[in-house]
Amino acid sequence: MAKRVNPDKRNSGALEERQAKFTTLSGVPVEPLYTEDDLKDFTYQRDLGDPGEFPYTRGIHRTMYRGKLWTMRQFSGFGSPEDTNQRLHYLLKQGQTGLSIAFDLPTLMGYDSDHPLAEGEVGKCGVAVSSLADMETLLAGLPLERVTTSMTINSPAAMIWAMYLVSAEKSGANRKHISGTIQNDILKEYIAQKEYIFPPAPSMRLVVDSITFSARETPRWNPISISGYHIREAGSTAVQELAFTLRDGIEYVDWVRKAGLDVDDFAPRLSFFFNSHNDLFEEIAKFRAARKIWATVMRNRYAAKNPRSWICRFHTQTAGCSLTAQQPYNNVVRTAIQALAGVLGGTQSLHTNSLDEAWALPTEHAVTIALRTQQVIAHESGVANMADPLGGSYFLERLTLDTERACYEYFDKIDGLGGMVSAIEKGFPQKEIHEAAYAYQRAVENREKIIVGVNDFVTEEERPVDILVIDEGVARRQREKLAGLREKRDNARVRQTLEALGAAAATDQNLMPFILESVRTYATLGEMCDVLRKVFGTYEEPAFR
Amino acid sequence: MIDRRIRVVVAKPGLDGHDRGAKIVARALRDAGMEVIYTGLRQTPEQITNAAVQEDVDVVGISILSGAHNTIVPRICQFLRDAGMQEVLVIVGGIVPDEDIPKLKEAGVSAVFQPGASTQEIVDFILTHVKQTE
Repeated sequence: MAKRVNPDKRNSGALEERQAKFTTLSGVPVEPLYTEDDLKDFTYQRDLGDPGEFPYTRGIHRTMYRGKLWTMRQFSGFGSPEDTNQRLHYLLKQGQTGLSIAFDLPTLMGYDSDHPLAEGEVGKCGVAVSSLADMETLLAGLPLERVTTSMTINSPAAMIWAMYLVSAEKSGANRKHISGTIQNDILKEYIAQKEYIFPPAPSMRLVVDSITFSARETPRWNPISISGYHIREAGSTAVQELAFTLRDGIEYVDWVRKAGLDVDDFAPRLSFFFNSHNDLFEEIAKFRAARKIWATVMRNRYAAKNPRSWICRFHTQTAGCSLTAQQPYNNVVRTAIQALAGVLGGTQSLHTNSLDEAWALPTEHAVTIALRTQQVIAHESGVANMADPLGGSYFLERLTLDTERACYEYFDKIDGLGGMVSAIEKGFPQKEIHEAAYAYQRAVENREKIIVGVNDFVTEEERPVDILVIDEGVARRQREKLAGLREKRDNARVRQTLEALGAAAATDQNLMPFILESVRTYATLGEMCDVLRKVFGTYEEPAFR
Repeated sequence: MIDRRIRVVVAKPGLDGHDRGAKIVARALRDAGMEVIYTGLRQTPEQITNAAVQEDVDVVGISILSGAHNTIVPRICQFLRDAGMQEVLVIVGGIVPDEDIPKLKEAGVSAVFQPGASTQEIVDFILTHVKQTE
């Protein structure tokens, strides 16, 4: 018979235990046992509610995955638009249910493939898209009214989205029917991922313009995916990821309302994106707290009346930073645990990382195993048969309440700094994340945190995986295509639309119609961004020590 | 006897904005008693070389995760030599596959630290390999 630990002896048994202290991955202390005594401040109705009901802690739908499984959405993009188009068709054939496109660094930074700063980077971290012509190639043959497409693009999101809308329109799809997501979350760029072009205020204006345009023109599109993923990858704790992401959400709501929209006109289309790291319960608690906090904020802080405005719908990606270059097959196991956390946490869609991604973008073989991992969880594990199966766990509920409280403490600090844009300009979230990243690195180097195959259970071995290599011919072919395009398009029209875009940028008109016009003439991404760089200026991060 | 602290420039070339590693290494080197100048993001090889010359550094540490290392790193090494800094120790950290390491070493890189490397390894390598100028 298992020996019952006496809860009164908490923390008194350090000598008998195998570690001096037990903490979550983010460093939150964990007790030896949780009982009903830990939940004296907890009530079902206030803290949980049934699935599909306020505050949605247990999930946003009544039936959760009994009704519809999460969308299996593998992030994909490399090389030329032709290469990625082929991968997208392959993934749909393997049973993937949504598309997700990764762009290369020049595209993310608003440079064409033939820009000097693009040298060495074309097609490396994602697909190169410099104009409508590239977007048309990328989407060729895909059923755009039936699949939903997510695009990871931020600073130049408005331009890439415009290319998608024009391509869809040309292929006969109705703008009102297509559905998908642009990431378009500039705040986390300043905080964590650092792919920014313009200063915060004009960047926020582009976000507001696209949200406003979407509310009118593309009722099924998600014009923003407010992202914690990159904040966590930069080294934050789970609580920091949650707090900074939701506080970014509050900032966007404030700015769009200032532009004149009613909260219920756009809040139902706001979507979120979280990381799922190794600590199973910490992650599940984070996802549950996210729904509860967002619902409460939208109802109480903004008096939103439409229940759809209260709902925190989110995508999850397993943690890229948890993947090890050593013993890469272990990454399949890590990813399975993280994916399980996402599902037990009630995610709406999921990307599972591939085993070879500490080295490179994934091969087709590796990405298939990652997709199969989701299919095993969905169809074999049984965890998708009921909503919120861990609800009521003493430990999980305690952790959910503590995560929530810690998140509100960060909200207070950021409100005190004058909001998120102002906190970013003061370097607050950046410094908090750096401190957490450094503390974690120390814990790993001191072996307080064990990473299998890296600081323990190490084997001398040859790396057994083949990795994807992007050939340098991609850059050459992209340059040639661009040279051809610049010659053959109607350059007088291009100049005209670009001038109109620049003139509009200097006023407070919505820029989306002007961007769409430029895109139609095959003005390139770099040309459009250059026009805006002239009007808006560019941003450089102040040095924070 | 070392008559002054080891001076290091930690540089982020290319378009990649992932600065978690660069900042952690910069801080670990400072904690180990070195003088560290962090260039900030998206520096060209020319800017990095200029920083190395102006700050009269002993070590140039390049952090790159985007896959553009084969293009960018040899260029920095060449510019450093052109600027008369052939004695400077060049080290690279980031996502660099094994098969690319010989080419980088041929170009003048002394060590490449791959994912999972500890900051202590980097500190130890610098302490044993740096050639300090008079």
